Amino acid sequence: MAVSSVPFASPAPQLAARERRLALAGAAFAAPAALLLVAILLAPLIVLVLLSVTDYRLGAVAVRFVGLANYAEMFSDPVFRRAIRNTFLYVAFVLPAGVFGGLALAALVHARKRTRSLYEVIYFLPVTSTLVAMATVWQFLLHPSLGPVTPLLAALGFGRLDLLNDPDLALATLALIGLWQLLGFNMVLFLAGLSAVPRDLYEAAALDGAAGAVDRFLRVTWPMLGPTTMFVTITTTISAFKVFDTVVVLTRGGPLGATDTLLYVLYLEGFHYFRTGYAAAMTVVLLAFLCLLSLLQARLIERRVHYA
Amino acid sequence: MTDGESADGVRLTGIAKSFGGTRVLAGLDLAVRAGEFLTLLGPSGCGKSTLLRIIAGLERQDCGTVSIAGRPVDHLPPAERDVAMVFQSYALYPHMTVAGNLATPLEMRRLTLLERLPLIKHLSPRRARVMRGIMAEVRAVAEALRIEALLDRKPAQLSGGQRQRVALGRAMVRHPAVFLMDEPLSNLDAALRVEVRHELADLHARLGTTFIYVTHDQVEAMTMSSRIALMDQGRILQLGTPDDLYDRPASLAVARFIGSPSLTVLETVADGVGGIRLGAVRLPFGHRFAAGTRLSLGIRPEAFALPLGPEADGPALAARLVRAENLGAEWHLHVRLDLPGEPPAIVRLTAAEHEAARASGLLEDPLTLVLRARGVHLFGPDGARVEPDPAHTAVVE
Amino acid sequence: MRSRAFLASVLSHLVLLIGAVLMLAPFVWMLLTSIRPAEEVFGAVFDPIPSRFAGFENYAQALFASNVPRAMLNGAVVCLGILAVQLATALPAAYALARLRFPGRGVLFGLVLFGLTVPIQVPALPLYLALAKAGLLDTFFALMFPFFLTVFGLFLFRQFFRTYPEEILQAARLDGMGEFEIVWRLAVPAALPAIGAFSVFSIVAHWNDLYWPLIVVTSRERATPPLGILAFRDAETGGNYGALMAGAALITAPLVLAFLVARRGFVRGLTMTGLK
Repeated sequence: MAVSSVPFASPAPQLAARERRLALAGAAFAAPAALLLVAILLAPLIVLVLLSVTDYRLGAVAVRFVGLANYAEMFSDPVFRRAIRNTFLYVAFVLPAGVFGGLALAALVHARKRTRSLYEVIYFLPVTSTLVAMATVWQFLLHPSLGPVTPLLAALGFGRLDLLNDPDLALATLALIGLWQLLGFNMVLFLAGLSAVPRDLYEAAALDGAAGAVDRFLRVTWPMLGPTTMFVTITTTISAFKVFDTVVVLTRGGPLGATDTLLYVLYLEGFHYFRTGYAAAMTVVLLAFLCLLSLLQARLIERRVHYA
Repeated sequence: MTDGESADGVRLTGIAKSFGGTRVLAGLDLAVRAGEFLTLLGPSGCGKSTLLRIIAGLERQDCGTVSIAGRPVDHLPPAERDVAMVFQSYALYPHMTVAGNLATPLEMRRLTLLERLPLIKHLSPRRARVMRGIMAEVRAVAEALRIEALLDRKPAQLSGGQRQRVALGRAMVRHPAVFLMDEPLSNLDAALRVEVRHELADLHARLGTTFIYVTHDQVEAMTMSSRIALMDQGRILQLGTPDDLYDRPASLAVARFIGSPSLTVLETVADGVGGIRLGAVRLPFGHRFAAGTRLSLGIRPEAFALPLGPEADGPALAARLVRAENLGAEWHLHVRLDLPGEPPAIVRLTAAEHEAARASGLLEDPLTLVLRARGVHLFGPDGARVEPDPAHTAVVE
Repeated sequence: MRSRAFLASVLSHLVLLIGAVLMLAPFVWMLLTSIRPAEEVFGAVFDPIPSRFAGFENYAQALFASNVPRAMLNGAVVCLGILAVQLATALPAAYALARLRFPGRGVLFGLVLFGLTVPIQVPALPLYLALAKAGLLDTFFALMFPFFLTVFGLFLFRQFFRTYPEEILQAARLDGMGEFEIVWRLAVPAALPAIGAFSVFSIVAHWNDLYWPLIVVTSRERATPPLGILAFRDAETGGNYGALMAGAALITAPLVLAFLVARRGFVRGLTMTGLK
């Protein structure tokens, strides 16, 4: 017994040493990323919140604590309120059109055998292309005297429209361009969801009597696409919420502020007028929106759409 | 209503099916009697599942006719063929409760399309009444299957055996003329499989409905079926009761497939006067093959005996023991026969026989193996079984 | 039955074809205009096919008389620089998060999850102030720095490493491999598909990004592809839409061509995120 007790006693400290070594390795591996996280995410966030309660302007010598004045100003600022309204209008159009359009396209493409991958490529093309470059193409397409769209619409009886310079139509036009870029992305997500529905379920439904397209869709396809739909809805909302590139390239918020959106106004206040404190407050509100959306996503995914 | 015995259950005539260039079913005929438990048995890829799916209407045959209860159903969609199916994966609707799953086939039949649409459905005053009736039937089926406590759960919250029962319930709830089952036990563990096997057999006895059951497991087929259709390469090799298939296999292929451990097959030659030769031993069979015809002799493991008491006076072969396996109730001896090429053979002994043989020293090499009459089959050059002539089998030279 | 199915198939093709035409129209218009002579662009008549091939002039102007090539080169530098640092920092950290116990792991992972909801627009303001203080505005470093951290990459690789079999790690440790070797010789090669998908995602995002470059870049010398095309449009074309479309085609080409070549990888890389 005395002999064997030596090798039996030693593993404990050895094990502890090994664990210490692994912990050290772990900390060393994580350190660079953790430092970046502090420098790029955490510290700026703290600074942001602090800035949002000051009247700081870039280059200003004196800084004053103003409490929640920036937030109060924001909600009475007609430009900001208009930006919020425009952004929500934009989302209100792009979200349903993007989700249901993507679903409809996916359903149609899914049923095709030989041409399926061709359609996939075509509809996905706008997703991969540089939006700023394509926006300049859209600008040219929509140009009232040089582009083909205006005469085309005139020929169809809509009159001569200048889509990007008409205060009533500019935002809708931007939304259509956003939809153009987004549809293929959603379609591909729905296609993946459709391919994951077990064939057995459609066959069981056929035997149960759910053979018509409506019943098949309501009993099998739609419920089985629950998780995908959730995901697509959230991602579409977030990317529509962040509409920016097309505004910069095509309208600069005009005409008459009809396309002022949240990010564009934020960009102007922060980096053109350099009203840093005010822009910081706006950013905090933006972050609150996005966090709310993510929470909603996590909550909904947990509650509703977990089958397996 | 059909009146049991006289009416057809399911009749298949000339069913053929190819996928791409591969022929899966080769012009197949089968008459399933009303109320019987018919099993389609065969190795994977033999076409049994395809045949089942053709009966269900999930797959279209290239040619041939399917009739159910005397009427052709080829033009009917699956839901109107009066069949229900239990899938291998169960195919339960994952987003519905057990009650919802069971109710679906009835809702589809008894509610109009408008009464099934979300939101709009609540406008129908008739719907609530119909649904009450449906739920009563659902509860009755659930009670029969002892799953009434699970009605509010979703499939993901059930065990494999419970899901299997729900799938069965979904098939039962609309009282179909025919139950189709596609390997319904293959996703269960071994112990549960035995239990559900008994339950299925009970259920069949209770309902008296036609069951068509697909499996690759011969134990399932042998234990539950009224009749078995053994399939291979898109054809039915033999249709018969489990006894028929085991004791009177139509061909060497059938004899090889049924029975575990598999039977020993020895190549032999006809002697021209109704017998065959195995080394020094002549077995008289009463066949009519010319001398020199190549024949196959199949011997079930239990057709070998050790020369204990009354068994001692059959035709005997010498053998060398390679390995003995103890399975508890029985022993399997792996031996090599003292014949040209030393062919391997498997001998099945009961534990009692093994004990007695060991006591008498009969397990010492070389073994003497006596052939019993039952379980020895002769197959002609075409693989078909040769019916032995009873007048000669008992005679040993 | 059969004729109804036929009708449905014809209808669905019709809808898909109309959609496809709308999807492709801007690309077709871009390419057609890029080979159209300047005088025809302003002509009153719309003939979709150019009267003569002016592709050489237009592409020559985009290539030699504009900042587009410089912007594309900058784009490549920025994308590759960002990707290199992202992989170098995220892979070991993700391995540590997935497989090693160290103090602060839970907090770090919590921050990563939180970071997934924070877009660049949120820390942009303080980062801009810091870069301005340090005199680093309008540099490659300023363009790349905010993206060195990739919470998405950390999350993705962590999920991937969690599926790596523990037995192999233990066997490797018994064979005398250190943790560093385990990461580079076992975990990273196994993660190559995920690394590929992430690379597509990262490169596409930063080649196309407008918001941050618009903020920190002021000179032509540091313009990224979107800034290059914007500057070309606003000042350099002299109203030659043909050349502008040639420039747009050039800037769009690398990603679109890569997509056409590696379709599956592209779709996977872009759709695994939703954090566009």
